[in-house]
Amino acid sequence: MKIALFGNPNTGKSSVFNLLTGLRQHIGNFAGITVEKKSGSFQIDNQQHQLIDFPGVYSIYPRSKDEEVVYKVVSNPKHPDFPDLAMIVVDASNLERNLLLFTQIYDLKIPIVLVLNMWDLTQKRGINIDIDKLQSYFPSISIVTTNARIGLGKDRLIEAIKNHQLIATSNLVVEDFKLCELENKKKQEEETQFRYQFLRKIISDIESVEKTKTDTLSRKIDKILIHPIFGYLIFSAVLFVIFQFIFSFASIPMDFIDAQTTNFSNLIANQLPTGLLNDLICQGVIPGIGGVIIFVPQIALLFLFISILEESGYLSRVVFIMDRLMRPFGLNGKSVVPLISSVACAIPGVMATRTIADWKERLITILVAPLMSCSARIPVYTLLIALVIPKQTVLGIFNLQGIVLFGLYFLGLISALFIAIILNLLIKKKEKGFLLLELPSYKMPRWPNVGINVLEKVKIFVIDAGKIILSISIILWALATFGPSGKMENAEKYVRANPSFTQLPEEEQNQKVASARLESSYIGIFGKAIEPAIRPLGYDWKIGISLITSFAAREVFVGSLATIYAVQDDGDENLRLIDRLKKEKNDKNKPVFTLASGASLMIFYVFAMQCMATLAVVKRETNSWKWPLIQVAFMGFMAYFGALFAFTILS
Amino acid sequence: MKSNTLEKQAFGVKVQIKNILDSSFSNKLIELGFITGQTIEVVFSAPFGDPIAIELNGSVLSLRLEEAATIEVENTNSL
Repeated sequence: MKIALFGNPNTGKSSVFNLLTGLRQHIGNFAGITVEKKSGSFQIDNQQHQLIDFPGVYSIYPRSKDEEVVYKVVSNPKHPDFPDLAMIVVDASNLERNLLLFTQIYDLKIPIVLVLNMWDLTQKRGINIDIDKLQSYFPSISIVTTNARIGLGKDRLIEAIKNHQLIATSNLVVEDFKLCELENKKKQEEETQFRYQFLRKIISDIESVEKTKTDTLSRKIDKILIHPIFGYLIFSAVLFVIFQFIFSFASIPMDFIDAQTTNFSNLIANQLPTGLLNDLICQGVIPGIGGVIIFVPQIALLFLFISILEESGYLSRVVFIMDRLMRPFGLNGKSVVPLISSVACAIPGVMATRTIADWKERLITILVAPLMSCSARIPVYTLLIALVIPKQTVLGIFNLQGIVLFGLYFLGLISALFIAIILNLLIKKKEKGFLLLELPSYKMPRWPNVGINVLEKVKIFVIDAGKIILSISIILWALATFGPSGKMENAEKYVRANPSFTQLPEEEQNQKVASARLESSYIGIFGKAIEPAIRPLGYDWKIGISLITSFAAREVFVGSLATIYAVQDDGDENLRLIDRLKKEKNDKNKPVFTLASGASLMIFYVFAMQCMATLAVVKRETNSWKWPLIQVAFMGFMAYFGALFAFTILS
Repeated sequence: MKSNTLEKQAFGVKVQIKNILDSSFSNKLIELGFITGQTIEVVFSAPFGDPIAIELNGSVLSLRLEEAATIEVENTNSL
């Protein structure tokens, strides 16, 4: 049986979902709509049931992109996800608003199990609900009470699913109910008002409130967390802790993954017979997979914190205190989380914009998110800083290299806000944006929910971004391995013919050959072709190759430089690469990497849209190639002219 | 006489909704429970006075000032 899970936001819907399905969960897409579909399975008496989790909504009429799916599915009985049974989770302490959605689905004559969740809280707040009376108003539904957060009510849920009745044929709220068209807001208003009037009548009959409904503890916590000074201080402190974890502690598993990928690649390289297949696997596929997995620790940590903040109710307070500050930039309080997420990786950042109801605010957030310096830029920044910025102490305590790193992050943030202002002026919009946000009571996070959420986000990243990164790695490998016929062989012969060649140790011979072959490969040819365009920025064709290859993903830049400058990968890669790069001279016998060219490269990487995976996600989220292309164009423009400016004034 | 709207209310004063003015989001306000006759109360505001937090039937909802300005209210004491 196909069971759909509906409910308002903050009703504990995901707790009910996790309670029933545990870890048997699966992420996919709803048919025909690019909205994430979380489904899970469970068994009752050897019968398999599928549970589909829908986004939390207040009504079947959507407010934002991610909410549309509810309308699309329930309005079309032929939709593959149309449920046999709807399980509607409501916050029993706020029946009136929660039952609105229920009556809509009820009138569509879909069989219903009504889950009165947060039953403990409801009683604690002195609200008494007469379930028998509620049942008498809606005789065809099954009603269950649960405290899903603490895992209570699973047996009752299963019992209710087993005993659910068929469809409501009488006692409908709106007889012969037809859904309003999405555009007909006036009619939706009338319908909603009618339903509320009805609900108010029955609720005054079934519910009695002993004391006040107000949650005084949350109100006290809000006094501090919303405070004009402490509110922002606490938020800054929370961010600081998150970044500490992401950047300091994530490096431990990341180094481990990096080392294991190299080891594994070497192991396979020695096991397989040498040849094209060996190269493809060891230089294309394994590093490609490694390049995906290496981001898992950071993404997992980021989403661990975000889910804790979300579960506790703090995240909506962040939106609340940041909304006014973000608005002049054409952004929204809800843009804060996507922008912060983008510091780890723009992919989850762009995906996190779905909660923004206003299309224009959402679009601007998506467009500027990749300007936030993501973790893929870290290897590029650290290499370039080590290369051209001296190790110095400034003002007694500050490390100059650290200041430059901070400056690059800051430049990313400032430019994101600046571009947002411009986009705000350029993009026309039909309707006024709105916020309409609930500030739920503070709660202790439910750890299983947090864990499952982290697992899910990692899975999405590995699968979605992984596909693209892996395929680009393979394409780049091919471009670097093959060249116009005979050219690469000639280059190799030429190097070997050099009289001094045979005196070199074997290791260096191999490096020289690899370097010469790369120069005459397709990618080497591209690098040379773009040299005239990048010479004003202070780059040569070798850097040009790295710019092209790192279009796939920024961190590829370091690996490409290593290959081009023929540095053998031996674990201590960066140190040797830096020594080698420092010695590199151009045709006028001047060093290639100077303060000017290094700074120019850093600026280039702050701005340039060097990430295929993000482009793919932006395309998916905006549903057209128009926006990702615009993004490539304006970010490329900023990168080129920013780098040109830096190089010109510094040299 | 100019109508009295929600964003002008002092914290902690209970008011009753008289009317929801037409806007691109009025249907959404109504779905959240902002309906004529409902008693609501501005409980606190974000720093800079915007957005504001409204208590409605035991839950706290946040509205921007311009959103609150589409909700006409009257003081419950004056009834």
